[in-house]
Amino acid sequence: MKTTLRGKLLPPALAILFSVLLCTIALLISGDNPLDAFGAMLGQLFRGTTAIDTLNSGAVYYLAGLAVAIGFQMNLFNIGVEGQYRFAAVIAAIVGGGTVLPPVLHTLLIIIVAVLAGALYALVPALLKVYRGVSEVISTIMLNAIAIGLIAYLVSTDAFGVQIGNNIATKPIPESGWMPGIPFGEGGTLFGFVFVAALVGIGYWVLLNRTRFGFELRASGESPTAATAGGVDARKMILTAMLLSGGVAGLTALPELLGRDHEYLQTSPAGYGFAGIAVALLGRNHPGGIALGAVLWAFLDKSAVSLDNVGVPQEITTIMQGAIVLSVVIAYEIVRRMELAAEQRRVGRQLGRDTSDVAAGGSV
Amino acid sequence: MADDLAVELEGITKRFPGVVANSDIHLAVRTGEVHAVCGENGAGKSTLMKILYGMLHPDEGTIKVNGEPVRFRNPSDAIKVGVGMVHQHFMLADNLSVLENIVLGAEGLHGIGAKARKRVAELAKRTGLTADLDIALEYLGVADRQRVEIVKVLYRGARIVILDEPTAVLVPQEVDDLFDTVRQMRGDGFTFIFISHKLDEVRTIADSITVIRRGTTVGTADPKTTSSRQLAEMMVGSELPSPETRESTVTDKAVLTVSGLRLEEAGSARAVLDDIGLVVHSGEVLGIAGVEGNGQTELVETIMGMRRGSAGTVTLDGKDITKLGTLARREAGIGYVAEDRTRHGLLLTQPLWANRVLGYQTRKPVSRGQWLDIAGARQDTQRIVDAYDVRTPGIDVAAAALSGGNQQKLVVGRELSGDPKLLIASHPTRGVDVGAQALIWEHIRRARADGLAVLLISADLDELIGLSDRIVVMLRGRLVSEEDPATVTAEDLGSAMTGSAAREAS
Repeated sequence: MKTTLRGKLLPPALAILFSVLLCTIALLISGDNPLDAFGAMLGQLFRGTTAIDTLNSGAVYYLAGLAVAIGFQMNLFNIGVEGQYRFAAVIAAIVGGGTVLPPVLHTLLIIIVAVLAGALYALVPALLKVYRGVSEVISTIMLNAIAIGLIAYLVSTDAFGVQIGNNIATKPIPESGWMPGIPFGEGGTLFGFVFVAALVGIGYWVLLNRTRFGFELRASGESPTAATAGGVDARKMILTAMLLSGGVAGLTALPELLGRDHEYLQTSPAGYGFAGIAVALLGRNHPGGIALGAVLWAFLDKSAVSLDNVGVPQEITTIMQGAIVLSVVIAYEIVRRMELAAEQRRVGRQLGRDTSDVAAGGSV
Repeated sequence: MADDLAVELEGITKRFPGVVANSDIHLAVRTGEVHAVCGENGAGKSTLMKILYGMLHPDEGTIKVNGEPVRFRNPSDAIKVGVGMVHQHFMLADNLSVLENIVLGAEGLHGIGAKARKRVAELAKRTGLTADLDIALEYLGVADRQRVEIVKVLYRGARIVILDEPTAVLVPQEVDDLFDTVRQMRGDGFTFIFISHKLDEVRTIADSITVIRRGTTVGTADPKTTSSRQLAEMMVGSELPSPETRESTVTDKAVLTVSGLRLEEAGSARAVLDDIGLVVHSGEVLGIAGVEGNGQTELVETIMGMRRGSAGTVTLDGKDITKLGTLARREAGIGYVAEDRTRHGLLLTQPLWANRVLGYQTRKPVSRGQWLDIAGARQDTQRIVDAYDVRTPGIDVAAAALSGGNQQKLVVGRELSGDPKLLIASHPTRGVDVGAQALIWEHIRRARADGLAVLLISADLDELIGLSDRIVVMLRGRLVSEEDPATVTAEDLGSAMTGSAAREAS
């Protein structure tokens, strides 16, 4: 069904408005001035490196969101993006730090290794689901827990970790493996991987809308029974969708790994995979929507610091994130139903005009 | 007092987000009569009945029950004045007993004890429900379930009973039993409103008929003086295409050969399909008759490769396809009109052109290798819309926005494109209006004349007899007999379907 522009933009706008209201109430209850808080959030964009930082971490959320969205397209809930991206990051960091290659090639190798590692980690739940009927929700959640232990081992000094100052991390990737960014002086440096993320987004759109695979993926998501009758092999689709999702998940940590950290620390940030679920929901699995959702999410993240500076509890951003996700889901559903009913009415009216006078009687 | 009006609807108009609304409907039902409401699917019968039963609210018009103007806010209001409805799809709980099903939700009337049981037993006797009141509903057959629904309505005090397509699920003998019950109850002073589009049945049972077309009443008819054909023409609003049989186009070239096919129920050795063997020739329509649930669905899905048989072979045009998947079978030349188009045939929220791609995603003109050919798909969808008279404002609307008949025309058009060798048509005209039905039949006949082999499964015996060159009867997973459609009657088929001709101990 073709959604109108209004149908696309209204729900997120309503959701943001609603969550601002909710946060205002929360702020008033806790005795803070909402205007100060929102002022600080908006004002931060024009200070220091916040704007660039928002885009940078937006790219991270974007990749995680796309990974989740691929699964969502056929109602596969890949909760394991978290474990997949962290596992992929460690493996990529280890391989990147342990090889000597000319620039570009070195970077490419790291990217490919990350994709393969992410896909490999997603292969486990995919096989379990296809051959044993294990719910991917359960298996991926458990694999997330296993990933934590696995990573702790891989990064320890017994395996591939090295002691650097107070921290244990993988061997640093030599400069030939980095991905250069675009410096904005005072404003910070934009990761080069932001553009890769944009390319992945375009690829996602093309795959879904222009290829046979994308059609079969969406058909399986909309109606597994109709897809089966139409000759779509459900097992193959589950397998491919999970592997693709895991592969994209593997890219999630690369903006930071290739553009800033160059090593994987035991304390490297976690949680991007879970944020990706929220971002995919916000963006309604649409590549453009996910991009907006990712940037919004990153912006709210950054706001936590600014709010702290003006003495407002930073947890208010968490409330806002939660409220947006919840209300956007509800708002989309309401608008979707309204649009479907409107379309049926429109079809009825147009048909009524050339075939009978019913519509004339019915639409006065 | 025979001329007292039990129900009187005047100027009912309902604006509705659908293809057909109700517009200025007039209906007068006398007390103690069986009044049939006929019309094509999508003509607005269901809407009207939902209004009368309080499930929908009319925008204009008045409803009078027993001469008193009423305004229903919900079905309970309707029941209070004695209007009850037996839905086409039963609303019963399988794991509760017959008694519990009837009393559920009406505990306030006679409690749940001996008083309730006595009242239910009394009504059961009156409606011919012979089943033990304490057995779980799941053990009851369709006809008995329907009686439970009727008792349920009477128990709540209904004197005016709406029967929505009551015969759709019954075999001919059961239909006769139902009609006996209805006649007897009519004698006791009950009023029936009988919704149907099976014209012969309507003429058998009804005392008067109101015909609805495109949301409005086109007139009333006397069943004694009106022929089925005249009624059908009132419903469609034009002269019907003649359903005359035509000369045989059967050749001796076998297209589909199934032999020794066996399918076991998941997790048990019970055979759902047992030693099925059949041949469909080029230019032939092979009809499969059977009460639903005797393995027809499974047979079709096994031939389509959606289920895996445990033994036997399937050959298409000399090529063994037993081991192939669904897509490969479709590519080999099988078109498939599934019995439930909304579950198996269409992607409801997707536009029509995307639905054209489903099942053909590897073939021209809708795809090129791994890439979709969207321009080609749109063009070919437009062709189907034109050739099959799919009533739609465009090919970008969601499939869900079309009426059932138009959805089905699109599906049939799609499955007949790309020159299939074999068409498997499961209930191709179920829930489809008379106009669409004639058009679908015509296209199937035309394709048959061009050498298409057709495997037809239908619960509509007239359709089976009219369309098939041969009919085989399916009972409990086996093909039990073969009939000649030129000589067989619906009653004969009905006996064969229920196994009453050679009843086995079961």
